[in-house]
Amino acid sequence: MWWLVDDTDHQLAREALHMERERTAFLAKASSTLLASLNLGRCMDVTAQMAAESLADAALTVAPARGGRLPVVTCLRGGAPAVSTLTVDPDDVPGLGEALRGFPPVPSRWIDPATAPAWMVPEGFGPVGSIVVTPLPGHGVPAGALIMLRKAEAAAFSDEEEVFTRLFAARAGAAMSAARLYAEQTAITDVLMRELLPPVLHQISGVDFAGRYRPSADHERIGGDFYDVHPAAVEGEASLVSLGDVCGKGLEAAVLTGKIRNTLHALLPLADDHQRMLRLLNSALLSSHHTRFATMVLASAVRRGSTVDLRLTSGGHPSPLIIRADGTVEQADTHGTLIGALPNISATTVEASLAPGESCVLFTDGITEAKGGPMGNVLFGEERLKRALSGCAGMPAEGIVEHVQMLAAQWLGNRPHDDMAVVVIATPRTHHLSAVNGHTRGRYTA
Amino acid sequence: MSTSTPPRLPDAGHVKQMAEQLWSHVADADEHAATDLVLRMLDEGTDPESVLLDVIAPVQGRVGEEWAANRISVAQEHAATAINERAVAAVSVHPAARTTVTWGRVTVACVDGEWHALPARLLAEVLKLRGWQVDYLGAQVPTPHLIAHLHSTRADAVALSSSIATRLPTAHAAITACQSVGVPVLVGGAAFGPGGRYATLLGADAWAPDARTAADRLAQGRLPRPETDHQQFDDLPHLGDQEYSMVARNSASLVRTVFTTLEDAFPAMRSYSDLQRERTAEDLAYIVEFLATSLYLDDAELFTWFITWTAQILAARGVPAHSLPPALDLLARELKDFPRAGRMLRAATHTLTTAPSTAARNTA
Repeated sequence: MWWLVDDTDHQLAREALHMERERTAFLAKASSTLLASLNLGRCMDVTAQMAAESLADAALTVAPARGGRLPVVTCLRGGAPAVSTLTVDPDDVPGLGEALRGFPPVPSRWIDPATAPAWMVPEGFGPVGSIVVTPLPGHGVPAGALIMLRKAEAAAFSDEEEVFTRLFAARAGAAMSAARLYAEQTAITDVLMRELLPPVLHQISGVDFAGRYRPSADHERIGGDFYDVHPAAVEGEASLVSLGDVCGKGLEAAVLTGKIRNTLHALLPLADDHQRMLRLLNSALLSSHHTRFATMVLASAVRRGSTVDLRLTSGGHPSPLIIRADGTVEQADTHGTLIGALPNISATTVEASLAPGESCVLFTDGITEAKGGPMGNVLFGEERLKRALSGCAGMPAEGIVEHVQMLAAQWLGNRPHDDMAVVVIATPRTHHLSAVNGHTRGRYTA
Repeated sequence: MSTSTPPRLPDAGHVKQMAEQLWSHVADADEHAATDLVLRMLDEGTDPESVLLDVIAPVQGRVGEEWAANRISVAQEHAATAINERAVAAVSVHPAARTTVTWGRVTVACVDGEWHALPARLLAEVLKLRGWQVDYLGAQVPTPHLIAHLHSTRADAVALSSSIATRLPTAHAAITACQSVGVPVLVGGAAFGPGGRYATLLGADAWAPDARTAADRLAQGRLPRPETDHQQFDDLPHLGDQEYSMVARNSASLVRTVFTTLEDAFPAMRSYSDLQRERTAEDLAYIVEFLATSLYLDDAELFTWFITWTAQILAARGVPAHSLPPALDLLARELKDFPRAGRMLRAATHTLTTAPSTAARNTA
């Protein structure tokens, strides 16, 4: 006996299931790849590449025009995405101008492939069979558009395919929108932060300066420690170095360091009187709405002959350490009250002189209070710092700064820490009388 | 070789002689003589890449060797490196090193905790000479900074440098993070082991033994876009036994316990000065750190190599190395429930007691 079974429906269902599975897998891959990046360019690359691999023979991601120029990423199936910025009118392509303005998509059968402008068709693509332009919806504003091309010999886009393309476009648009938002925020942060970043130090009028800063949180670049070197207004006068520590850490403290640095900058004409500067800064801080206070050390450094003369004043800050040529480490005997807490402050100023190869190290307590070591619970401490510095006689300023920061970092391991800043003022070790030849910065004549 | 500058064929003998001269300036901490030397070479028409890689790089390699052999202190190593850095800076601003960008964009960085920046700096300069747009992030780059940088630039690749094997778990996290934002990673530096064996293990997209090879590799063509949904621990299924996690998390208390017990076993240690005691504790901390790394990589050979090298360093420092086997034994007792750690400690002890003072590997 024969049984005849009609499995056409079964077969159709199986094919439909298979296709659904493939589409789900494609969307899942699209989501994970697009979510991974917050870079607009990379999101555009991924969008064009994935569309060209799975939905069309070639794809273009177009971002909204900036200043009349259209950012475009083009990708051929099997190829790598190529970036270009074009001066073209998006309204020349039916549906593109609408997509970039957030209007509903134009069905592909309304777009005549013959009208496709040359910039849209990748080199070597051949005649275009069909075109789909899909808007990439963003968060409130259009994120761009996806253009897909199929070759003349390939089947045109079906309605079902266009609907599916929109699902992909929703994901791509969301990713591009997030990336654009991130880029805008980063640009704002960068501009605002620029003034708060520690400056890059170098040689000024025959005195070597070097500094390095490590904020308490690894993901931040600024914090509650600060330093600056202000060159003298008149050649032959002293440069002023300030290094300090605002109570607290993170952004709030960083904002106050900015105010202190600005105030000190304004007080530069009084730089030969450290105590007066600190007094004025103290009253400025007391009258501001901040309740935070700061400690700091001021140093005036000027080259006289082969030595550097220093004047050092500490306002409640760890005393600077001086490394002599023979490796002796001396503590500068300057003490004072912290700044911004009491109506009256006092501070003592000491003078010192650095022979060639000698240096003066200013640091914040983040270094000495670094807790860790091989046993895990010991403070780095001033004694250990002094011992380390005694091996640094004659070293270039950058070398000392790096050495101190490295020792503190190794002492800490992965443990949490405070902001850490180090500045070194050094007298160059060698006399070098050759004329400046324009190649190197900061050669001097003694 | 750069095609944009007319390179003078490097005369091996001359270059070697120049490297020798630079070494003497660096050893004298004479930065002006050092920068003058490299500038003179450039003025005479030597290819800048050759100045960087055949003169400055060997000198830096020698600095590392001198340190490893305990002939110079860490501070002196820093002083020498600072002078080499200035020599590199002098090369980078010389008119002969001016190039236009003809390739893509590369980010060059050192792993967090890595202070040896010069190899990465040299690579950055070589890539610039060969026409790449380079973002050089310097030493000790926290992974969040690196990723934030990659989000805001469209780098084609990241070149990651690490010289010390104990940074490898951190390097692995950085490699995976870069890949997960869609940027391929090329790694280099002594940390990745002979032949770059750990580079493959940790899933790097490419490895290069030196700056020249790295630049050649990048010139061969775009590194493929990595899979973004890859996770760090997919590479290392052995980490499931938690031995690495336990040793890494409790390293300070392990060091404390072994130190105290060692003091009881070696009464001589009680007469040590504070500095000597701290050195001993530091040595123990390094041993535990290398044990954790070896567990992470599941490579007993790395641990054995480190112990053999430590024995040599101790000998060079004039410290008798006979305290090493008991220290390893105490560690093994503390870690008696950890079979992989136990095997590594026993293998190291065995090598130490049978064939001392043969380090098979270059440390620089």
